[in-house]
Amino acid sequence: MSYWQHDIECISRDALKELQLEKLRKTVSKVYESVPFYREILKSRGLVPQDIRSLDDISLLPFTEKDDLRDNYPFGFFAVGQESIIRIHASSGTTGKPTVSGYTARDISRWADLMARNLSCAGISRFSVVHVAYGYGLFTGGLGVHYGVEKLGASVIPASGGNTARQVQLMRDFHATALCCTPSYALNLADHMSQNGYAADDFKLKVGIFGAEPWADGMRKHIEESLNIKALDIYGLTEIMGPGVAMECPEQNGLHIWEDAFYPEIVDENGNPLPDGEEGELVITTIDKEGMPLLRYRTHDITSLVSEPCACGRTHRKIKRVKMRTDDMLVIRGVNVYPSQVEFVLAQIEGIRPQFRLVVDRVDNLDTLLVEVELDNKLIGDTVKDLERLQGEAKRKLSEGLLLRCDVKLMPTGSLTRGEVKAKRIMDLRDKRN
Amino acid sequence: MDVKQLSVFIENTPGSLVSLTRLLGDKGIDLISLSVADTASFGILRGIVEEPEKALDIVIEAGFTARLDTVIPIQVPDEPGSLSKVLELLGSNNIVIEYLYSFMRNGGGEAYIILRTKQMEEALKLFSEKGVHVLSAKEVYSL
Repeated sequence: MSYWQHDIECISRDALKELQLEKLRKTVSKVYESVPFYREILKSRGLVPQDIRSLDDISLLPFTEKDDLRDNYPFGFFAVGQESIIRIHASSGTTGKPTVSGYTARDISRWADLMARNLSCAGISRFSVVHVAYGYGLFTGGLGVHYGVEKLGASVIPASGGNTARQVQLMRDFHATALCCTPSYALNLADHMSQNGYAADDFKLKVGIFGAEPWADGMRKHIEESLNIKALDIYGLTEIMGPGVAMECPEQNGLHIWEDAFYPEIVDENGNPLPDGEEGELVITTIDKEGMPLLRYRTHDITSLVSEPCACGRTHRKIKRVKMRTDDMLVIRGVNVYPSQVEFVLAQIEGIRPQFRLVVDRVDNLDTLLVEVELDNKLIGDTVKDLERLQGEAKRKLSEGLLLRCDVKLMPTGSLTRGEVKAKRIMDLRDKRN
Repeated sequence: MDVKQLSVFIENTPGSLVSLTRLLGDKGIDLISLSVADTASFGILRGIVEEPEKALDIVIEAGFTARLDTVIPIQVPDEPGSLSKVLELLGSNNIVIEYLYSFMRNGGGEAYIILRTKQMEEALKLFSEKGVHVLSAKEVYSL
């Protein structure tokens, strides 16, 4: 077993708690001083940072919701001035506004360290060649993994997304030993290999780190068998940092959440803390971030915390693999999609009503999104051309607004809602495909 | 009086056209002309009816997506080449046709064409100058 930062990865629980308290107090002081949103809430509750005397006192602090980030778009949660921010990432938000995350130089460096821990945890070393097929750009996936591979000293192939044939060729020619991408894209690569006459021994792949999408053990088995690798799960979210908040170790029974950087809690639907082992919503407080520290961020991901010691030696608790959410967020090709975003986009298009249904499917191992939209009672034109233009406009605006390619189908007025007490807005067929 | 055409959006699925035609039949609305434009996923039914405003209310009330547009019904001799003459006339005057369809023949020597263009005034003026017979609403409804 190799570690990137052995001392901290295998720190005693007591020492870790001491470190967490110190970092939590520092974080609360910082946001009280620099983020009006937090200062006002703390003041209204009669709290000052010095009231945080133990880790349990975290329950005095307010939760942060995704809507709070939206209300303070774009930089309202930044705790430092723009001159200290060296990178900004964004993911799709619940409406037209993206969710923004800002990083200082130290944040980027710490993120790379955490990612290097994750890579080491997967057995990757400086002798490895890591093929990164997460998208590079505003999405945190590509660059997040990339900086970790460089910090570790392995060779990184910044392939980004798309052009599957070329990716497979490069993985073979460059002797990639590790693959990082979404689980559905891993299957897509595997299919391409088998359909194009590649043999298993054409590749040197040993391990894959897959995330940004919920996936179950059936899919893991499929990936491991078709690529002849060990497939590990990675967890992260833009608001908190990006990929690498938690990482599955080779024991494959949970993901270590790096508790020296993130303080995790599990809460019930009323926000009350639950003990380890009980399932609820994951709430994360960043305790080692400068650019955009967040207090008790509601991830809406359902999981539980595992406190039993792990055979890998790491002392940081694990979260169970995330399979469900408390809200209606969909993850399609690694992109977060909220029905409210679709509504927001459609409301701005003349000729259609913000009534819709999202049909998510998986074709050739790639997620597809079809948005069925209802036309207004008043037909926008009497020619096919008029309707095709409308369809094209909806498709373009949705693809831009969701940061995700999608198809649009025009439906007659009322066809999606007729006879329904509450319209079913989502039809996810992916579960049936694996 | 302008001749108004009712256009209704129909999904390209079995039974969607029949639900519209049944509705019109039940409400006593007679389709004087009928044409359907379609793509793989949807279609537009276009028809001339005697009381277009009433028909529009009825179909919208029933939950259809619909609209009314002014079209030009013309009468041409039912013989080879007569339609070409009209089309050439429009083309040489840069009038763009959105669509057209022929809708009925009375068994005599005339053919009837419904024509839609976004340059209505120019087309009507041209037809009047060149002696192309544009039918009035009254004439259309009596066919």
